[in-house]
Amino acid sequence: MTHLRVGRWITAVALLLLAGVYVRALAYTPVEASQGFAQKIFYLHVPAAIWAETAMIFVGLASIVYLFTKDPRLDRFAASSAEVGTVFCAIVLTTGPIWGKPIWGTWWSWDARLTFTLFLFLLYVGYLLLRSAVPDPGARARFAAVLGICGMCEVPFIHLSVYMFPTLHPMPIVLQPGRPKLPGSMLTTWLFSLGVFTLLYVGFVVQRYAVSYLREQLEVTEQ
Amino acid sequence: MLRAEGLNHRFGAIRALDDVSFSVQPGQTLAVFGPNGAGKTTLLRVLAGLIQPQRGRADVVGGRRAIGWIGHQPQLYAQLTVRENLGFWASLYDVAPPAELIARLGLEAHVDRPVRALSRGLVQRVAIARALVHDPTVLLLDEPFTGLDRVAAEALSRLLGRHAAAGRASVLVTHNVEEGTGLATDVAFMRAGRFVHFAPRAGRGAAQVAEEYRNAIA
Amino acid sequence: MRSPELLRHAWAVASKDLLVELRSRTAIVSVATFVVLVLMVFNFGRDQTAVSNVDLAPSILWVTFTFAAILALNRAFQIELENQALDGLLLAPIDRGSIYLGKLIANLIFVATIEVIGLPLIALFFNVRVLVAPLVMVIALATVGFVAVGTLFSAMTVRTRFAELLLPVLLLPFMILPLRWAALATGLLLAGRPLSEVQGWLNMLAVYDVVFVVLAILLFPATVNE
Repeated sequence: MTHLRVGRWITAVALLLLAGVYVRALAYTPVEASQGFAQKIFYLHVPAAIWAETAMIFVGLASIVYLFTKDPRLDRFAASSAEVGTVFCAIVLTTGPIWGKPIWGTWWSWDARLTFTLFLFLLYVGYLLLRSAVPDPGARARFAAVLGICGMCEVPFIHLSVYMFPTLHPMPIVLQPGRPKLPGSMLTTWLFSLGVFTLLYVGFVVQRYAVSYLREQLEVTEQ
Repeated sequence: MLRAEGLNHRFGAIRALDDVSFSVQPGQTLAVFGPNGAGKTTLLRVLAGLIQPQRGRADVVGGRRAIGWIGHQPQLYAQLTVRENLGFWASLYDVAPPAELIARLGLEAHVDRPVRALSRGLVQRVAIARALVHDPTVLLLDEPFTGLDRVAAEALSRLLGRHAAAGRASVLVTHNVEEGTGLATDVAFMRAGRFVHFAPRAGRGAAQVAEEYRNAIA
Repeated sequence: MRSPELLRHAWAVASKDLLVELRSRTAIVSVATFVVLVLMVFNFGRDQTAVSNVDLAPSILWVTFTFAAILALNRAFQIELENQALDGLLLAPIDRGSIYLGKLIANLIFVATIEVIGLPLIALFFNVRVLVAPLVMVIALATVGFVAVGTLFSAMTVRTRFAELLLPVLLLPFMILPLRWAALATGLLLAGRPLSEVQGWLNMLAVYDVVFVVLAILLFPATVNE
C-alpha cells in the first residue's frame, strides 16, 4: 500500500513541477531566434524522448537480471517501465508534429528521430501485446524478458541510424560531445524539465508497479 | 535410479507440487494415482527435466539420455514415414533405430509408410517404438493407456514388464487405478500436489488399491 | 568440444523440417504463388512514366521478400505444434541451441528458395539487373538478420491465440532497420553505383546479423524451458 502512496506523492510533485516548467518555458525563457515560439516545445519533447529510450534500456536490463534470478519483482518493474515508456513515446510523437508544423510546414515528416521514436513506440506496443497474449504468468515473464532484451539491443542501432541519415531534424545541441550549445537560461529550463521528467518516470513506474503487485495479490486471494 | 527431493512448484496461485520427495530403485515400477489437477503430469515433467522446479530437485541417473517418455502425444511427424521418424528421433540420441524393437512391435511391414496413412493402433505402436528407440533405463509414462487399442495396450504391458525385469525403473501416472495397479511394484496417491500415500504394492489387488485410493482422495 | 554435436543435431532438425515441408508442400506453394501475385500487382499498379523501375525495384523486392518470409516463419514451429513434437525435442539430450539453429537453417533455406524464385522474376518483369554479386550479398545479409529474430519470436508466438498476427507485429520493428539499410544499398547498386559506396551498409548489416544471431541463440532456451 505504501508503494502506491509514495508513487502518488512523487507523481503529484512531478506534475506540479511540470506546471512550473511550463511557466518558466513560456514566460521566463527567451524565444529562440530562428524557430520562434514553437521551439518551446523542445523543453518537453526532448526530455520525454530521452526517457522514452532510457525506459527501454531499463526494461532490457531488468529482463536480463530476471532471466537469471526469476524474481517476479523484476518482471513487474520491466512491465511498468514499458508502460511508462509507451506514454513518453506518445508524448514525443504528439509534441513532435506540434513543433514541426510551424517550422517545417508539415505535420509529419519521415525525419530520422521521429521515425525511430515511432519504432520505439512499436517495440513497446509489441512488448505489451505479447504480455497480454500469454496467460501463464511464468511464460509471460520469460517471453517478455526475451523481447525486452531484444528491444534494448535494438536501441543502439536506432541511435546510430539517426546520425547516418540526412534529416530535417535539428541536430542534437544538448547531447553532443563538448559543452552543450544552449545559452544559459534555456539550458536551465531544459535541465529543469529533464529533472521533472525523471521524477515523472519514477512516480509513474512506482505507481504502476504497486498496482501490478496489488492485482497479483488479489488473484492469489481469489484462488 | 531416480530421486526427487522437496519438489515445490506453483503456476501462478496454484500449487502443483507441494514438498514431494521420493526415490525409485532399479526394478521398481511406481504407479502414481490421482485425480485431474493433482499435479501428476507436473511431477512427471519435472522428473523429465521439462520443468525446472521452483524449489527442490529431481535427479535421474543418466540424465536425459536415459529417459524415455510415453504420453498421449505420439510425437511423430505425420508426413514422414515410420523409418524416417524413428531415424530422426534416434539421431538426436546418437543411436540407430534397433531392428528388433521394430520387429517386436510388429512394425516391419509398415516401415516405409507415412505415419498419416497408418491406423490409430499402428500409430500408437510406432509412438511406443519412438519412446524406446534409444533403449532408455528410466521410463516416464503419462496416462499411457488412454485411447490405446487392445493390441497396443498388451504390447505396452509386456514391454513394461520386460523393462522392470531388466532391472530398470518406471514411473507411471494415471487416474485409472485398476489398470495401473497390475503393473506396479510401488503405489502412491497424489492429491493437490502432495503424496498422501506411498508404499510397496505388496500383493494388494487392483480392487483393494482402488478402495484405499477412494478413501484417501475423497 | 560441443560444436560438432551442436551442428550435427541442428542439421538433423533442419533436414527433418525441410523433409516435412517437402512432403506437405503447404508453405512453399502458397508463398511462391504469393510472390508472383505481388509482383504482378505491383506491375499493373504503377505508372510507368512517373516512377522509374530502378527507383521502385528495391521497395518491391523487399516488400515481397519480407511478407513471404513472415509466412514461412510461422511454419517453423507450427510443424512442432501440429505434431505435438516439441516436448520430444526438449526431452532429447541435445543442446537447446541445436533446436534454434536447426529451425534457423531450415527457415533460411526456405526464404532463400523464395528469393531465388523471386529475383529472376523481378529482373524479368521490371527489367533491372539484379544478379550482381554485391546485391546478392546485401539480400543474404538482410535475410539472415530478420529470419534470425523471426525464428526466435516465432517460438514464442506459436502458442498464442493470434499467432499469425502477433508475429509480424513483434517482428516489424526489428525488420525495419536491416531492410532500410538493404533497400538503400539495393537502390545504389541497381543504379550502378560502385561497391565502395555501399560498404557502410554492408558492414551495418553484418554487425546487426552477428549481434542478433548470437542474442537469439542465447535467448532461445528461455522461450522453451519452463
